[in-house]
Amino acid sequence: MNTQEVITKKLQTLSPEHLEVINESHMHNVPEGSESHFKVVIVSDAFKDKMLIARHRLVNKALQEELSGGIHALALHTMTMDEWFEKGNAPESPPCLGGSSKK
Amino acid sequence: MTDVLERIGEQVKGNAVMIYMKGTPQFPQCGFSGRTVEALKQVGKEFAYCNVLADAEIFENLPRYADWPTFPQVYVKGELIGGCDITLEMFENGDLKKMIDEASAS
Repeated sequence: MNTQEVITKKLQTLSPEHLEVINESHMHNVPEGSESHFKVVIVSDAFKDKMLIARHRLVNKALQEELSGGIHALALHTMTMDEWFEKGNAPESPPCLGGSSKK
Repeated sequence: MTDVLERIGEQVKGNAVMIYMKGTPQFPQCGFSGRTVEALKQVGKEFAYCNVLADAEIFENLPRYADWPTFPQVYVKGELIGGCDITLEMFENGDLKKMIDEASAS
């Protein structure tokens, strides 16, 4: 299983109605085929009545293992069903500015 | 080890707004840090920053301080508000400005 699949699998614990796990590593200064930078768009009513920080903590917790070693960056967009219908989609991630990776 | 957590505690409590980022507000070295610091600049109030690429001890230990695994991290009155995505979302809906204006006034 690659990292993208692992992330997808682990986030099933949050019962997502919609889940996108996008490998954005190609936008960064890493070797071709890397799995270092990801963007996750997750829509779940598990986020209802939770502040953004609490929602992100839920995702961070589910991906604790990956975040502590494997992956370098995680852009995260958490929405409830109502918010998803209202907004439609998540914003674009920024391009790399050349900062070093893990030191 | 305890010292660095104390040092972080002093920084986040001693500044109304504090950002831990890769690079500096003038020369961010990561797209996420760049966008986040840009939102803080747009809010227009004074903020302190720490370049985590220039401080290995903070780079290593900050994730433990508030149990948050990634950079950048933004603190308002000693409380972690979040990283890039949260800061930008709060900037866009006006909550960031409100929160920072209140923090800077007290």
